[in-house]
Amino acid sequence: MANPSAVCNGHLHHHHHQKQNNVLKSGVCKKNGITKGVKKNGVTNGTLYKKTFIEHFEQAPMYVAVLTFVGFGVGTIFGYLRDFMRAWGLEKRNVAQEREQQKDFVPLYQDFENFYTRNLYMRIRDNWNRPICSVPGPQFDLMERVTDDYNWTFRFTGRTIKNVINMGSYNYLGFAETDPNALKTVTKELQKYGTGICSTRQEMGTLDKHVELENLVAKFLGVEDAMVFGMGFATNSMNIPALVGKGCLILSDELNHTSLVLGARLSGATIRIFKHNNMQSLEKLLRDAIIYGQPRSRRAWRKIIILVEGIYSMEGSIVQLPEIVSLKKKYKAYLYLDEAHSIGAVGATGRGVVEYFGMNPDDVDVLMGTFTKSFGAAGGYIAGKKGLVDFLRTHSHSAVYATSMCPPVAEQIIRAMKCLMGLDGTTQGLQRVRQLGKNTRYFRRRLHEMGFIIYGNDDSPVVPLLLYMPGKIGAFARRMLEKNIGVVVVGFPATPITESRARFCVSAAHTREMLDTVLNALDELGDFLQLKYSRYSKSSHPELYEENRFEFED
Amino acid sequence: FVCCISFWILFSQGKAPAYHLILEGILILWIIRLIFSKTYKLQERSDLTPKEKEELIEEWQPEPLVPPVSKDHPALNYNIVSGPPTHKIVVNGKECINFASFNFLGLLDNEKVKSAAQASLKKYGVGTCGPRGFYGTFDVHLELEDRLAKFMRTEEAIIYSYGFATIASAIPAYSKRGDIVFVDEAACFAIQKGLQASRSNIKLFKHNDMTDLERLLKEQETEDQKNPRKARVTRRFIVVEGLYMNTGDICPLPELIKLKYKYKVRIFLEESLSFGVLGEHGRGITEHFGINIDDIDLISANMENSLASIGGFCCGRSFIIDHQRLSGQGYCFSASLPPLLAAAAIEALNIMEDNPDIFQTLRAKCKRIHRALQGISGLRVVGESFSPALHLRLEDSYGSRENDVKLLKRIVDYCVNRGIALTQARYLEKEEKCLPSPSIRVVVTVEQTEQELDKAASLIKEAAESVLN
Repeated sequence: MANPSAVCNGHLHHHHHQKQNNVLKSGVCKKNGITKGVKKNGVTNGTLYKKTFIEHFEQAPMYVAVLTFVGFGVGTIFGYLRDFMRAWGLEKRNVAQEREQQKDFVPLYQDFENFYTRNLYMRIRDNWNRPICSVPGPQFDLMERVTDDYNWTFRFTGRTIKNVINMGSYNYLGFAETDPNALKTVTKELQKYGTGICSTRQEMGTLDKHVELENLVAKFLGVEDAMVFGMGFATNSMNIPALVGKGCLILSDELNHTSLVLGARLSGATIRIFKHNNMQSLEKLLRDAIIYGQPRSRRAWRKIIILVEGIYSMEGSIVQLPEIVSLKKKYKAYLYLDEAHSIGAVGATGRGVVEYFGMNPDDVDVLMGTFTKSFGAAGGYIAGKKGLVDFLRTHSHSAVYATSMCPPVAEQIIRAMKCLMGLDGTTQGLQRVRQLGKNTRYFRRRLHEMGFIIYGNDDSPVVPLLLYMPGKIGAFARRMLEKNIGVVVVGFPATPITESRARFCVSAAHTREMLDTVLNALDELGDFLQLKYSRYSKSSHPELYEENRFEFED
Repeated sequence: FVCCISFWILFSQGKAPAYHLILEGILILWIIRLIFSKTYKLQERSDLTPKEKEELIEEWQPEPLVPPVSKDHPALNYNIVSGPPTHKIVVNGKECINFASFNFLGLLDNEKVKSAAQASLKKYGVGTCGPRGFYGTFDVHLELEDRLAKFMRTEEAIIYSYGFATIASAIPAYSKRGDIVFVDEAACFAIQKGLQASRSNIKLFKHNDMTDLERLLKEQETEDQKNPRKARVTRRFIVVEGLYMNTGDICPLPELIKLKYKYKVRIFLEESLSFGVLGEHGRGITEHFGINIDDIDLISANMENSLASIGGFCCGRSFIIDHQRLSGQGYCFSASLPPLLAAAAIEALNIMEDNPDIFQTLRAKCKRIHRALQGISGLRVVGESFSPALHLRLEDSYGSRENDVKLLKRIVDYCVNRGIALTQARYLEKEEKCLPSPSIRVVVTVEQTEQELDKAASLIKEAAESVLN
């Protein structure tokens, strides 16, 4: 899961791509000295990357891995002990039980399936599903929740914890706001349209608002046409089966989101997985697929589609789009790009990874994204050529069987997009994008300086901080809450078992003071919990962490 | 290695009979031979030269990403509604009475619902910016779950942010590969997708045919007796709908309960159309038949019909529902329901609880139009008399499905041009397991007056006469 070519003895491996114009050699000499890990791939590396692409996947020292396994081992032993005591009635059973009349039915759950949930997850369950009672902006109010029986049940005290700094919500551009001026049009549309639609797109559910939104999305992305859907998850799971079927091949990244995996499985096509962001692995799969054809029958594949994401939400890494596009062109495959986290969050004007790499949106066959993260609404879209969108209008499962997006939500997306594009007459949109970029770089730089292990690209607003040991997951989240900061921690099964992490989502609405508060708290907590595993801090490689960008002329 | 050891032990003991030692000796010699012989490689196509590989790569031509769609595809041009899809609707510029949206209780433009949504908008903004596990749980979600559980008189309820995803995520959370699901032929597409995602064995039984279902259950019983160990861990489920979307009739729930206890199968009930329609207080088909709600393992419904909001919910005992909080994919990996929609649903529930007589009114209107639509030559009514979502199918087919669809479209256009908004029921022809015949959907809502119902019936009669003769 960390960079596959990393050496396993704890050395730092900077995934450091440097492809520049042949013209500009002089400006790069300084960085040439540190290019330990420059990869040579099969394609011409002349004009592929227009700026430096730095990603980090440092491996922890060996003792950390050992202690992590020990931690899980202890937890498992105690789990078996507790289960034994529960089975023999020595300890109270806290889980809900099956009905008396149905005790002789086949059991609904296998005992061992829920072992992890019962014994490990339950101990630190209070760090998830924390209810809030305000807008999920840069600060929010949490409902105070206590447990009397070690997390089996919770009880609300009725108090709220006010102004907790929000480092967990996907609010990249800060559009989750309640400013009445900003929400003026949404309020009006809600009054006019109400909240429901009660019909599907193909029947009586297409409103003029949807047409307006689709035209705006197409204009925003610079493509011919777009179609919007009511749920981001469902956009993937209901449209991938419409695009591919039996006899097609799907090449999917190792770390793709559940919705992409579900859509791929439901389509009935063959799925092959390539290593995360690894272009050699992808190229090998492409070559083998075309040369050897379908397994057993050796027939040619009908089509090959590559599923990738713009920013991977658990790693913070950005897809290597220029190389993928050149591969896809060479081998005549199709590219499906899921920009759930990257639309609005990267790129000079927030147009996503396509703009970030300076590429043409026509190079990507299917542009998909969601409105939940950067636009503060709900729903998803698919955009591309008119032929593609017409096909989806007639054949998408969502258009025929699922309700369309509700009008106030559509209006929120319209106003956020107009703000981003500058159509509302202000530069607020551009300012938000710039502020997000500044916040991201500052936050990441300071965390590197402090000595934490951070994964991901320097430009990605998703910042995973590695915790590794299971005991620290609970301790970290609880102590941060005591300091009035809300963080998100993730463990197995969303991440590999040894790489539990805390994930920060930087927002354009965070002020410098809020970030400094968080960073100071992290500093303190990092020392207390001994989280500063990194062997490399700022002092040894100052050149790698400067904030200015190298502006290359084309 | 093992037989070396055993050979040595036997040899040292000196008690083994001769043939035993000879056998061990032969085995050891065979192993030595295997270790030193060359492995047999299968002839692979990897004896292709690099040049041939490049040629293959050059020659391969994929299909286009999507096949071209003709301009006059029946589903390409949507009806565009200007303004809200309420009782009086403006379709493609024409003003009509709405007989096409599932707004059964008329809550789409209810002022109280809108003001509850406005209050929520002021407090929470629009989106939740996160899934339920990561600060996406708002107090309105918890309140809505609580209210739904109380309304349906079950222990717990869980909310999803999209109606389609509700049953499509609930089924795979319980039924895995190797489990058996008995499902009605007329089940809606969301159920079909949930079953496909679960990878279980699907057994279809004829629509509402309890003898067919019992036959399948008996067959399964004889299978079980052949392999009792496997049968002890294979879960079984029956998935039925309260009020079927595709046929407008209800499932025979009392017989299903009997079958449940006789053959030890669990029942999942999908109540999207019957929630807020059937029963004295709108609690659905369990109230309609007077059945104890604990007898049904899981009730799933979407809030997009009667509650005029967006999203869906599942309710049942905590033993069952709590499992979905960690294994329902549409719950864990998707952003939660926007709070303004949850607040609208709560207010809609309040209205449902305060005015229990609207259900009677709705059923009376359904009966009225059901009666009025009988006897139209060329069209027959499909659906129960108290079902608010009826289908009008052609008595005989006019050749091909395409022709039938074109004829029905002409009837629909005739009605829309004269002030009654209707729509055809849409299906994905290649994806459905049991494709229903083409039909016109007629939806009854509480807001339609008796004159409007009569007008609609007579207009459809007129249209059928003019188009089909």
